[in-house]
Formats: sequence, structure tokens, C-alpha cells
Amino acid sequence: MHSDLEVATVEMLSGAEMVVRALQDEGVEYIFGYPGGSVLHIYDALFQQEKVNHILVRHEQAATHAADGYARATGKPGVVMVTSGPGATNAITGLATAFMDSIPMVVLSGQVRSDWIGDDAFQETDMIGVSRPVVKHSFMVRDAKDIPEIMKKAFYIATTGRPGPVLVDIPKDQTAPNVKNPYEYPKKVKMRSYAPVSRGHSGQIRKAVEELMKAKRPVIYAGGGVVQGEGSELLTRLAHRLNFPVTNTLMGLGGFPGTDKQNVGMLGMHGTYEANMTMHNSDVILAVGARLDDRVTNNVKKFCPGAKIIHIDIDPATISKNVMAHIPIVGPVDQVLEEMLAALDEHGGEPDQKALERWWEEIAGWRKVHGMRYETNEDGPMKPQQVVEALYKATQGDAYVTSDVGQHQMFAAQYYQYDKPRRWINSGGLGTMGFGLPAAMGVQFAFPEATVACVTGEGSIQMNIQELSTCLQYGLPVKIININNQALGMVRQWQDMQYGGRHSQSYMESLPDFVALAEAYGHVGMKVTKFEDLEGAMNEAFALKDRLVFMDIYVDPTEHVYPMQIADGSMRDMWLSKTERT
Amino acid sequence: MRRIISILMENEPGALSRVIGLFSQRGYNIDTLSVAPTEDKTLSRLTLTTFGDDLKIEQITKHLNKLIEVVKLVDLTEGAHIERELMLIKVKATGAQRAEVKRSVDIFRGQIVDVTSTVYTIQLTGASDKLDAFIGAIGETQVLEVVRSGVSGISRGEKVLSL
Repeated sequence: MHSDLEVATVEMLSGAEMVVRALQDEGVEYIFGYPGGSVLHIYDALFQQEKVNHILVRHEQAATHAADGYARATGKPGVVMVTSGPGATNAITGLATAFMDSIPMVVLSGQVRSDWIGDDAFQETDMIGVSRPVVKHSFMVRDAKDIPEIMKKAFYIATTGRPGPVLVDIPKDQTAPNVKNPYEYPKKVKMRSYAPVSRGHSGQIRKAVEELMKAKRPVIYAGGGVVQGEGSELLTRLAHRLNFPVTNTLMGLGGFPGTDKQNVGMLGMHGTYEANMTMHNSDVILAVGARLDDRVTNNVKKFCPGAKIIHIDIDPATISKNVMAHIPIVGPVDQVLEEMLAALDEHGGEPDQKALERWWEEIAGWRKVHGMRYETNEDGPMKPQQVVEALYKATQGDAYVTSDVGQHQMFAAQYYQYDKPRRWINSGGLGTMGFGLPAAMGVQFAFPEATVACVTGEGSIQMNIQELSTCLQYGLPVKIININNQALGMVRQWQDMQYGGRHSQSYMESLPDFVALAEAYGHVGMKVTKFEDLEGAMNEAFALKDRLVFMDIYVDPTEHVYPMQIADGSMRDMWLSKTERT
Repeated sequence: MRRIISILMENEPGALSRVIGLFSQRGYNIDTLSVAPTEDKTLSRLTLTTFGDDLKIEQITKHLNKLIEVVKLVDLTEGAHIERELMLIKVKATGAQRAEVKRSVDIFRGQIVDVTSTVYTIQLTGASDKLDAFIGAIGETQVLEVVRSGVSGISRGEKVLSL
């Protein structure tokens, strides 16, 4: 009798209901998706509940970027649902984007019914196979009974260790409404083959502290792991305590306050002169949650010749992948930094103040050489840098800024100062054009009251412009800052610099009237062509709290992004303008 | 340098493709590969040979370890180990050659497992270089068909790769 009673308390749910219930049990607020044949059972189950809000996008790629933007802004996993075949393959770019930047995401894809798999059925794609290189892990549901466990594992794997996207492929028959199975959501997961590191090695951390104490020309090089790993506050404390210069990667902007006087700016291909010079001349580099990737190091053989490298990262495979680390520390950034601060207290010593003073003087000298400067035209066209500076002013530096990919992305990284983590949201690793607008939607859903600006260009925005329709449907007051230079600016810059100015396919002919287009989608459009109108237009746009405003801002098509590292050189080899180089 | 990497992984559909995919995706080579379930039906043992310097092998093992289905792995070439490969080989055997081939098989401690009036099918086990040497001894022109299992390996002594 007792066992009968127990059975009676277990709920019997269909596979579709299990999927939705698991989302509820994970506390998922939003799921971004697009329906289709293979996921109709799940959509029906979604319809019959109110806890999980489904956001209907206009293209599956946008669903993944929106979920990604939501995840980057909140730290919570982004969730996506797409149908089989084209729905699933449209999600690939979004999966790859999230994978490269280590963003936690769970993507549910429909699949044709189990007995049709392999038969080239309508809308069938081997999604597990297609997605394999761009996911942290994937599951296929082979029995509806396994759904609770698979969902639990999917969220666990996506959010722990080095985060990343996890795909769950669900054949339609496994969600059939008439097949019910007992549902119980696991409280914990234990996997014998997956145990992310929870602590850095204490001995290594003490060794690192010794090295930091001996440093005469140190630098802290902080990457996206500081933002993702919730290490910003600790890193800031550590940097202030040691009075070391800090440089952020493109992914790490906001991980250390942009306006802090110890911040020497972004490093790498389009990093500041002083950041790259500080790196090149350093004797100890504390790399935190960074990958030492090719956009930072330039030629690895010439990378920072005099530097000892202390490398903290959650992923052992990232350490010594491109550049050998002298003191590797595998562990979560927050835990390692906390222990490092404690080890500093224990050590009791201080870094060499005299040496640091000289080091800061040297850095101040570099700042004077270039800083961030650009030439403005009195009567000529506006400069893209001016647009980003005006945006910074209009939003008091407190907006969530998403970007697309290209020159505007670099200007937004260089000229907007991010004082808080999770405010700068861009596709750093994969470099996905079309990311900005859907990512801004995800951010706006997460923070309905916040100011969200999407800095984009007339090339990128057209890669997901259909989402203007989604923005209207859900009343998302995103501000689109379209830095319109009538050309694929970054491609054009490379063609100017390396291809004798032959602009092969890099100009944008027949641009739409973006103001009319925005209006056609039910939004506000503004066109700005003169610098003297810029500030007023920005203030007007941001005053429209409840409306999406599309600002089409015409800028100088010939402008380049500087500094720019010279290919195959060291970090200190840079173009500083069209005519000056180091 | 040649390495033998031995992997214990979940015996699940798709696990093998993740291992193989990792190699092609990251530009590593697989020279030989063999895989079969172990005494514990939930686990498969996969043995592969690859080439690379220490840095490359370190990257390979780190990335393999990151695969969710990989439970444990060892680079057998780091310590004392035994390696074996099985070869089935069909060779021409007519006239005077019949005795000649038979002698070579004996020298290499192989076995003739099938015979026709013109062909011997020979089974041979050993380290890969021994199998190569046998083919050399017979002469490539005599060889009709070669099937090799890929390398299997195990550590010497008390060291075991298990959960």
C-alpha cells in the first residue's frame, strides 16, 4: 500500500510538459524561439502555462543572440527553442558565437520523430552532428523518461566550469501529449566524467604572489573571464591594493572600471598605445580569465619578451595554448583572486614602490604620445568617434551597450568607458555581424527600465534588421546608433592598408532609407548628418523612454580605427594614424 | 613523437564522434584507432596513436579531457607499457614462395589461418613496427590485402586505467 501511495504523488507528464516544467524548475523567465512542426507539442505545453515567457523572434539566429545578450547581461543562462531542419541550422551561428565567448546557453531543437531519423525526412538535419564543434555538449532525447535528467544536466553543464552553450535535440515522438511518464526534477547532478575545477592550487597562488612582489614593471591583463566569473570587484581590489596598471581585453571591458586612473585601456589589435606598450615592456603579466588570443598577442614569438606570465583561467586547455605560462593557475577567477588577496595579506610585503613609481612615469609618457586622439573636420563629415563620445555623454556612461562587428565595434570599445561589468556586450571571439540588435533585445528583456543602446553600422544592422518587428511586438525601447559610413568600414580599412586601396565589394550601394524603414516597422527614425545636430538628436532620442529610436548617423567613410597593430609584429608595433607608426 | 593515448569514455551514442571530431576540428592527426566496450558495459576503451611534440600532446590531452563523455585518459607512452596490433594479411603463395612465406611466418611467430592453392592468409600480432617489418620481409609485391586492428596498449606493472 505504501508504495502505491508514493506512486500516486509522482506527477505523470508528457515529454512536452516535462520540457516546459523543467524550464520552470530552472527558474527560466524567458525563452527565445520560433515554432515549427517538430516542436509543436512543446509549444502547446508552453501555451498552457504562464511562468515561462516565450519571445517570438523573426529569425532563429536572432533568438540565439537575444538569449546570448540576456545571458551576458544577467549571468543567467539564455534559453532558446527552435524547430528541426532550417530552424536548427539557423541557430548555428548563435551557438558558435556563444561558444567562442563562453556564454551559458541552453538551446532546445526539435527533431523529426525517432523512427524517421536518418531517412532524410522533411526538415531533418543531424543537428547533433552539425552543432558538435560549436557546443560545450549536446544531448539527444532517446526516451521521454530521460527528459528531466537531461534538462538538469544541460543547465548544469552550460553554467558551470567554463560556461558554454548546450544543445538538447528532441525528436517529436518523445514529446507526444498522450505518452505520460513520471516527472521528478533532479535536485543535484553528479557526473563521473564532468567535474569542473572549484579551487585554484594554493601553492601556485602563493608562488604568484611572490612573483607579483618582485615585479618592477607589472601589468594586470584582464579578460572576459573576469566578467563571466564575477571577479570584477575582487580584481579591482587587487589592482588598487598593488597599484598595478590594468588593461582589459575586448571581452573584459567593464571588468575593471574604464575611468579608473589605473586603467591603461584596451589592449591588442586596436588597443591603446599605452596598453600595448605597457604589456610589451612589462616584466610580470598577471593574466586573469583571458585567452592570449591572436587579436591580443600579435606574433606570439615576439610577445612581451621580458615578461613572466601568471595565467589564471578556469579552463586548463586555455593555459599555455598560445603562449607558455610560467605560473599556471587553473580555477574559478573569483575564488583564485580571493585567495590571492588573502595570500597577499599573509605575505605582508609590498611591491617595490620606487620601481612602480618609475613604471607609472613611463606609462604616463606613453599616454602623452598618443592617448586616444583622432582628427576632426571643421566642415567635413562627422567622425564615428564623435558619435560614440556623444553617446557616452547622452547616457552618462551608464547604458548597456551592445554592438555589431566592425569599425563601429572598435570605436564603441575605445571611446565608451565601461565602469561596470556586463555593460559592454559584443561578439568578441566569433565576430558575428547581426549580433547587436537581437542581443540588445535580450538585455532589454532582462532590464526593462535600463537604457540599452545598440551601436551598429549600416552593414551589420541589415543582417538582423527584421528584429525591428520583434521590438515593436514587445515594446522594447532599444536605441539603435547606426554609424553609417556607407561602407563595410573594417574591410575597407584593410583594403586601404593592405590591398592598395582596391575596395573589392566593401561599399554599400542602394542603402535603404533607414528613417522610413524604422517608421514602417512602427518606430521612430532620425537622420543626423551634421555634428552640430548630434548632441541634440541624442538627447531627444534618449528622452523617448518608451520608443525604439533608430538613429541613422552619417559619418566620414574614410576614417580608420587606430591604433592598429602591424601584422606579425610584437605588441608595440602599431600604426597610430594613417601616416605615423611606432 | 609518436604517442599512444588510451581513453575510458562513456559507452554512449555520439561519444566516439566527439573524439574524432576534436582531432579534425583542431588539426590533429589520428594514425590508428581502436575502440570497444570494457568489462563495465557503461564504459568504452578507446586507444589511438598520434604524432606531436610535448606541447601539442598536452593540448590534445587537455581538450580530450574537456569532452564531457571522456571519463579518464592516459598517455601510455609516458611510462612503461605494452602495445599490440593485430594484422590479417593475404599474400601470394605459389611454387617456391609457399615455403619461403611459411618460413617468414614462423620467424615472426605468426599463424597461417587460411590456405588456398595460391594464397596464404596470415595472422600476426605485435608492436606496429614488427608488423611493418613482416610486410617488408615478405615483399610488398606479394601482398594482396592487409587489415590492421590499430594499436591497443596497456601499462606495465600495477598501474591501471580504471574508475
